[in-house]
Amino acid sequence: MIELSGVRHRYQDREVLGGIDLRLTERRIGVVGLNGSGKSTFARLLNGLLIPSAGTVTVDGLDTRRDGPKVRRRVGFVFQDPDVQIVMPTVAEDVAFGLRGLPKPEVNAKVKAALAEYGLSGYEDHAAHLLSGGQKQMLAMASITVLNPSTIVFDEPTTLLDLRNRQRIADRIKTMPQDAIVISHDLDLLADFDRVLVIHEGKIVADCLPEAAIEKYVAIAETT
Amino acid sequence: MLGLHHPGHSPLHRSPAGVKLLTLLAVSTVVFFLEDLRILAGGLLLAGSLYAVAGIPWRTAVRQSTAVVPVTLLFMAAQWVLVSWHAAAAIGLRIAVVVLLANLVTLTTPTSDMITAVERALGPLRRFGLRPERVGLAIALTIRFVPVIAEQARLVRQAQRARGVRFSLAFLTPLLVRTLRMADGLGEALDARGWESSAQ
Repeated sequence: MIELSGVRHRYQDREVLGGIDLRLTERRIGVVGLNGSGKSTFARLLNGLLIPSAGTVTVDGLDTRRDGPKVRRRVGFVFQDPDVQIVMPTVAEDVAFGLRGLPKPEVNAKVKAALAEYGLSGYEDHAAHLLSGGQKQMLAMASITVLNPSTIVFDEPTTLLDLRNRQRIADRIKTMPQDAIVISHDLDLLADFDRVLVIHEGKIVADCLPEAAIEKYVAIAETT
Repeated sequence: MLGLHHPGHSPLHRSPAGVKLLTLLAVSTVVFFLEDLRILAGGLLLAGSLYAVAGIPWRTAVRQSTAVVPVTLLFMAAQWVLVSWHAAAAIGLRIAVVVLLANLVTLTTPTSDMITAVERALGPLRRFGLRPERVGLAIALTIRFVPVIAEQARLVRQAQRARGVRFSLAFLTPLLVRTLRMADGLGEALDARGWESSAQ
């Protein structure tokens, strides 16, 4: 469970998030908001990539301020642009990157299973930079899920994808065993989630079921 | 050495990465002391025939090696003007032999094996504060991001052409900004993928 208590975050003099108290326990949680509303900052607070200027974020009781590496093992993060997330030259090597230290046969077995799960079997020795956008995002997801986190945070995972790849990623998010927190402008993706948060000007202005949250978000978009 | 692994089962593929890297180092050192063009030409033939042993298609071999042709020609021209045609031919052959062999090592060795070999070799320097795993990561990131940055450069040039600029060094500024932004993102991604826990 992820819990945020009295969380505020500032960049220099500008407060980008304020007064956030939340317990995130649902399997599928969506986060929507206009550009610059603080969504990406919120996402990065959840696994300790950012430490809040005030307040605490805990994951299963572990404080992101003190236990960053342990938190990041429990909460994976998939970035909007997979090109910055893929760090090794070939597909199999990238999935194996986070498994350093494990015996080689175990690494090979985990990599093989992860690639099969994400439709990348046969691409083991393929250059990562030559994959399509959808395959890169699948690789980014495989590289995170192979580490077996209990929750995965997605920062706008479908923004750079065409309709077919968007559908593939959406299907994966819906069916994967991990909990998911998805930052997105893609309202269809969030339509059957358990809970949706609307962030506006650094505040949570709605926290409810998708239909009501999306209605609120559309109203904000039309009046801002 | 910026090519990628070409899978296979040849004796070269099966040789340990450390052995191949040490052999490459030794041969490269010897080649740069050779003056006899016949021996250098023989070395070139031998390097080329090793591609056949490894089962690397000639197209792949050529594609991997053409990037250094302009620089090699530049070196050869300088040697011809400043020294002699013999020196120009020698430097050209030396570079060709070393580049062919280096690419052969890359093509027959998975990057992860190469990084493990480098990390192992640098292990004794740990007592002087060196982190071999960081050196290994730097090598991997270099190989991974050269094509990514080249693609960014192509996009920036396209954007400039779309605005009517034929060629301007000003393209370096947006490229640098994009590269720095990518470096920021990469730092976050490494944190997110637990790099700090294995590096510390």
